[in-house]
Amino acid sequence: MDRLSDTLGRFGGVNLLPVFLAAIAFVLIGAPSSWVTLTVAGLSMGMMVFLMASGLSLVFGLMDVMNFGHSAFVSFGAFVAASVLAALGGWLGSDSVLLASAALGLALLAAIAFGIAAGLFFETVIIRPVYRDHLRQILITMGALIVSEQVILAIWGGTPMTVPRPGFLEGAWIIGDVSIEIYRIFAFAIGAVVFAGLLVLLNRTRVGLLIRAGVENREMVESLGFKINRLFIGVFMLGSALAALGGAMWAGYETLITPALGGEMMIVVFIVVIIGGLGSIEGTLLGAIIVGLTANYIGYLAPKLALASNMILMMAILMWRPSGLRPAVK
Amino acid sequence: MTLLSVQGMKTNIGQYSVLHGISFDVPEGGVFVLLGRNGAGKTTTLRSIMGLWQPSPGSVSFQGQDIAGMATADIARKGIAYVPENMGIFGGLTVAENLILATAKGKFDPQRLGRIYDLFPALEQFWSKQAWSLSGGQKQMLAVARAIIEPRALILVDEPTKGLAPSIVAAMGEAFREIAQTTTILLVEQNFNFARSLGRDMAVIEDGRVVHSGSMADFSADADLQGQLLGLSA
Repeated sequence: MDRLSDTLGRFGGVNLLPVFLAAIAFVLIGAPSSWVTLTVAGLSMGMMVFLMASGLSLVFGLMDVMNFGHSAFVSFGAFVAASVLAALGGWLGSDSVLLASAALGLALLAAIAFGIAAGLFFETVIIRPVYRDHLRQILITMGALIVSEQVILAIWGGTPMTVPRPGFLEGAWIIGDVSIEIYRIFAFAIGAVVFAGLLVLLNRTRVGLLIRAGVENREMVESLGFKINRLFIGVFMLGSALAALGGAMWAGYETLITPALGGEMMIVVFIVVIIGGLGSIEGTLLGAIIVGLTANYIGYLAPKLALASNMILMMAILMWRPSGLRPAVK
Repeated sequence: MTLLSVQGMKTNIGQYSVLHGISFDVPEGGVFVLLGRNGAGKTTTLRSIMGLWQPSPGSVSFQGQDIAGMATADIARKGIAYVPENMGIFGGLTVAENLILATAKGKFDPQRLGRIYDLFPALEQFWSKQAWSLSGGQKQMLAVARAIIEPRALILVDEPTKGLAPSIVAAMGEAFREIAQTTTILLVEQNFNFARSLGRDMAVIEDGRVVHSGSMADFSADADLQGQLLGLSA
């Protein structure tokens, strides 16, 4: 394992793992057009999972809270955005790109706003009483997830809901033999913008500095005169807003959603957070991209292994790096 | 004049009672040393003063104001800095980021920064390095520098010489002497020679209680008492 790490380090470290993965897949897949399509699909899936997982990683790392209810924000984000898009069907269906963009923007903003409000409620009412008690955290957040799914069932019903897309995001770009869905490019771009924003927040602002410090040593942050509880609330709201945005983006990707969406994504999100390294945004992105690529490549090469591929990936990475690929705390 | 007065402080950690009514007064200026064997309750005393463990009965008065039961952040804002035994530096942050985080307004006072560079030249050299990559001695320097990057009335320092090379210990002693000219230091230390070279006043803690207090000069001169309370041989 040490020799593998040293060799990888010489070629650019763990950041190059997706490149190695793509190169191996290129050889195994054989057809370049299929490889490009799968790679774009993997990158865009990775970016959407990154949106869902980044907040959980910060919450896990900073607050030491095991929030299994995180995926409820994903579900609600999806349904809130889908409802706004359905309500603004006239704008979506119009020939005006401006109106369609406004509908999409409002849907995403509604999901984010819901995530912020839900995050504030969740942190204050559900999480705060169980700080530092992991067993109760698991029980209460799992309970909250079940309740959330039932609330979604009560509001939106159990019938799968169709998610309309603006016309300019429908279809695909055909370049030679390669077909690239426009929505996937859009999802990738949104993920990249959020990632850049988070990097600026964490590395160029005082609040970001406090978050990074808090992930490492909460007591010391308090000893420097900062009230960590206020930071907890802010990070939790940010995390839930990002999860809701991820859910909204995923809804547009799937175009058909059910109340079980969050629960289905939960395992993937946790795998990404664990293999990326707790509290690390760069690690979460890396983990999400690797998971997205692996899921698409394996789904093509060995469909029967698709379900198990992420678990196998997580086990392999944890055997190699028990703290994840890029943990925040060294 | 008394800067910090701890009276009858008791602290429980879980179901265990660690401090059984600690009392001592730290005068303003110089270095006050808390001595004692392993497990006597010295670290718990510092953490209780800082509010990291909440003391039950008893009072902790700082500059005449009761701070027992206050949140740690509020205690820090009163002008008390804490350098824990594990140094508490943020390894993923650079030296500069560790220090800027400890400033009140996110800006360095050039004069204080210059003083830190004078005391610990290595920090200027490794300014942009991530703190995890520093040596043990450099990490300790960073931890102390972080405590004095803003004006403080009192610094609580827990075993700053632990695991350090003799040359670094000597440099740290010089730094503390310089810092103590303007800031009171409450020092927990196992290295008696180091403590003796710095301390003006002292107290010995045993089993969660203060069993002796007085001037360091008197205690240093009493080999029998040192042997009895600290297990030191003449």
